[in-house]
Amino acid sequence: MGRAVFRGGVHPPEHKDATAGLPVEWAPLPERLVVPLSQHLGAPCKATVAAGDRVERGQVVGDIEAMVSSPVHSPVSGTVAEIGTTLTAAGSVVGCVVIDRDEEQDLDSYVAVPDGDDRRARVRAAGIVGMGGATFPSVVKLTPPKGMEITTVILNGCECEPFLTCDHRLMLEQPERVVAGAGYIRDMVGAKRVVIAVESNKPDAAAALKAVATEGIEVTVLPTRYPQGAEKQLIYALVKKEVPHGKLPAAVGVIVHNVATAAAIADALELGKPLTERVVTVTGSVARPGNYRVLLGTLVSELIEAAGGLTGDVERVISGGPMTGMALGSLDVPVTKGMSGIVALPKGMAAAAVSDDQPCMRCGRCPESCPMGLEPYAIANYAHRAMWDAAAKRDALDCIECGICSYVCPTNRPLAQLIKVAKAAAMAKGVKA
Amino acid sequence: MSEPLTARVVGPAPHITSKESCGGIMLWVVGALAPAAIWAAISMGAPAVLTLAVCIGATLGTEAAWNAIARRSQTIFDGSALVTGLLLAMSMPPRTPWWISLVAGFIAIALGKMIFGGLGWNIFNPALVGRAFVSLSWAGVIAAAENYGWFRVLSLPAVGEYDAISGATRLALAAADRAASGAYGFDLAAQYQPLLFHNLEGSLGEVSAGLLILGGLVLIVRGIIDWRIPVGYIGTMGLLSWAFGSDPIFNVLAGGVMLGAFFMATDYVTSPMSRNGRLVFGIGCGLFNAVGRFFGPMPESTTFAILFMNGLAPLLDRFTRPRTFGWVKSDE
Repeated sequence: MGRAVFRGGVHPPEHKDATAGLPVEWAPLPERLVVPLSQHLGAPCKATVAAGDRVERGQVVGDIEAMVSSPVHSPVSGTVAEIGTTLTAAGSVVGCVVIDRDEEQDLDSYVAVPDGDDRRARVRAAGIVGMGGATFPSVVKLTPPKGMEITTVILNGCECEPFLTCDHRLMLEQPERVVAGAGYIRDMVGAKRVVIAVESNKPDAAAALKAVATEGIEVTVLPTRYPQGAEKQLIYALVKKEVPHGKLPAAVGVIVHNVATAAAIADALELGKPLTERVVTVTGSVARPGNYRVLLGTLVSELIEAAGGLTGDVERVISGGPMTGMALGSLDVPVTKGMSGIVALPKGMAAAAVSDDQPCMRCGRCPESCPMGLEPYAIANYAHRAMWDAAAKRDALDCIECGICSYVCPTNRPLAQLIKVAKAAAMAKGVKA
Repeated sequence: MSEPLTARVVGPAPHITSKESCGGIMLWVVGALAPAAIWAAISMGAPAVLTLAVCIGATLGTEAAWNAIARRSQTIFDGSALVTGLLLAMSMPPRTPWWISLVAGFIAIALGKMIFGGLGWNIFNPALVGRAFVSLSWAGVIAAAENYGWFRVLSLPAVGEYDAISGATRLALAAADRAASGAYGFDLAAQYQPLLFHNLEGSLGEVSAGLLILGGLVLIVRGIIDWRIPVGYIGTMGLLSWAFGSDPIFNVLAGGVMLGAFFMATDYVTSPMSRNGRLVFGIGCGLFNAVGRFFGPMPESTTFAILFMNGLAPLLDRFTRPRTFGWVKSDE
């Protein structure tokens, strides 16, 4: 179990103890929900309701016809207050539907997605996207391009980011939903093998999954090492194949879904339940850390309040995990489908605001730890000098943005940050690696 | 809506960093060198203490002054100049006149490091630059300087008869014997013990190869230095010594090999960053050290072997680039 199964990687302090043992509980329902019309990667939805309209829980409030898109639903029964715009966790401004909820809410009932034999259509209608954070519409992944055979489905239950425990609790409390989802995904893509991957720091979750695993569904425990849950690293660990540069996992016959996504797919197919809530780990410097079931559209500020508020000298509030998440400039942003956690980092734990005039002491930690085998110091040096072609030649575009290079740097050079700039600039210029 | 809650710092991920810092790493190196340095000071007495004090004072003073004059932010607290001074002192004979130590410390920092732009930018190991400069400039002065015994304040029991030898080191004697007759006038295997634990010839770093190995192992286990450099270095040195007809163990314990392999060649800035590059780098250091010792003009060739390989480090990095994950030939 201590055997590393991918190149590089680190093991940052896990900080999961505060919430790993806490059962998922409902967060208080907000009076007003701000439901963004773009909670996925792809074309933003157009509102299908207007101010003043009555909406039911589960009713579609936004959709668009596009290859890569996903509808959004009202998480409550209530009245549309306005169609407006909102700031998101990512810092962009998107359209949103603002809904004032009815006093009485029956969370067990909802408008079910239309019945039918086409399972993919139902997954799309339920608005399911990658809930690990990537928010890629699941139906697209479930529709492999012609001629590509999917042999293996991997469910990602690694949750390798520090602090986060929402997937852990889901696997522990509702393993049958995850396993059911795994079966549906396998059947939809015609795969032979299904592997649910769990890191070794969650033995209880692995045991719970094994106890309910049906025929042909494997549960594999992987070493606890960041970024075990990164798609390419996870695939390599399980099937020993490298996803070729610039290709999708389907190129090696694999698709990867997060465990929460699988559970949502099971709900959609068995119950017709659209995606209107998710589990969010609220932890760090908050009074009552926990794993909260949250209606999409709840503001982060309300969620933090539900967790007892921020405590101490909080320097950064992160949406997602501290290695890849987004630092929030404003807490009045809505919870969306891909938001796995809210982590309040106190002073001292949060990375100091960095400048890039720190020298590189050439210690070699960044190339040693890079899971993609890159030389972050070199790419960052080129980025610093705006030499985008040179950065791309050193495979900047292969960077998975795991953040390890910045994490390990003894002089705190903003390596990952510079490489992200290089990637964006190289892509904008159309530079080919 | 709730009371206004405002996050204070925004910025791109990652939002946490490891606790490793430049100063912390340097302190580990100082700590790993400390037993050997303290033992040298106790064994060799006041001249060794003077050499340590002058070398460290000169490196710190030069860096502080350079920063002040160049109006750069002060960097003497990053620990790097302290390590340079300590390494420099360890590479010097205790009887070195104080003014030579001073010049060595100045050259090490000024010409070895700051002129390139400070930490991280220099090509050659600063301590070795300082040592090379003075050993070429005042070789005669250093050799002719008073024996350490003249200053010694604390006298320890002699270890074997070799405590009585002054001036020429075992290494020099062995080289002279080899040159004269092709055979050794004394038993090389009998030197293992004094070389490991208590040897009063040569530089401060030659007092105890054993304590240097101990410190080096601590740094390897702690993940501060890569084993590939010392293993490549010492392995090659031993193997070639054996191939050249000498005693491999004597040759890796004598002279500056241990100090060089564990503490000088592993300097981050002047060694390769890739793992394979480091292995080749270590092997190269061992190769040139052995060739220098057996075929060069002087038996002590560690300094120049490492300096030479320092110059090749960028090239080694270039030729040992790791393969990017995913750049594979497709199956079909």
